[in-house]
Amino acid sequence: MRIMVGVDGTERAMETLSESVERARASGDDLTVAVYSGADPVSVVETQVRDRLGALEYDAPVDRLEGHPGGTLVERAERGEYDRIVLPGGTRSPLGKLTFDSTVKFVLLNAHTSVTLIR
Amino acid sequence: MTRNYPDEAVGGFPRPPRETTDDEGRSIVVGHATELDALVELYVDFDPADRAQGIPPVGEDAIREWLERITGTDTVNMTARHDGRVVGHAMLVGEDEHELAIFVLQAYQNAGIGTELLRTTLGAAAADGIERVWLAVERWNDPAIALYRRVGFESVDNPDFEMVMTLRLETEA
Repeated sequence: MRIMVGVDGTERAMETLSESVERARASGDDLTVAVYSGADPVSVVETQVRDRLGALEYDAPVDRLEGHPGGTLVERAERGEYDRIVLPGGTRSPLGKLTFDSTVKFVLLNAHTSVTLIR
Repeated sequence: MTRNYPDEAVGGFPRPPRETTDDEGRSIVVGHATELDALVELYVDFDPADRAQGIPPVGEDAIREWLERITGTDTVNMTARHDGRVVGHAMLVGEDEHELAIFVLQAYQNAGIGTELLRTTLGAAAADGIERVWLAVERWNDPAIALYRRVGFESVDNPDFEMVMTLRLETEA
């Protein structure tokens, strides 16, 4: 399977990346990392991701998503480039409620491919 | 996170403790939560269908762990009791802004208890000097949204998960 994992540089997203690498190793899936701007600019996120991939000794293409990350993720998946989109599955509010950022919401509502949220 | 708040402040909420009669004629006491175990019991009995955005968690250990986290200093925890048993719980958790959630046991819903519990919780918060209260509600949870509107909450952002809208057209045939 061809998997695109979306990473915005948050701690949750970096954990999602590590977990996706482990799964891809076990399953033989093709993994592509899509980086986009969260709190940090996309260039910082890209460096972070390359460092993490290096530490994990895993080689995967890293694509920068400019503009609207949700829209770009869905568009690429639609064009048949990917079978599945993997994203961090939500953060917790102060009192423990699950919340999703706008990219996760957009992808869930618009993607025709399978979407996996990692918690 | 910074959220937009209404310009006008809403006041006049009652302070705990309060004793009221619900719409079913049951005597309900609303006051500050006193023991964790009674809250654990409430959530162990909770219908999974009435969970909201992942809370309460499932299983006694996870429930206890969650409650320990949200009952610390600077939080407000209010219970509604009937015959000594906790049947509802409202909480405020946060620092600059306080997040609100409220749960009422299934058999005690639609009897005005949620409104009493919510109003009294806001009264206690106002007394504690809490100025900004926010909440997240699933867009399909109409009874909860109506309750929050009734006490003065306003929706501040564009809805995220979609709303279904319909239109009946007058046909010309």
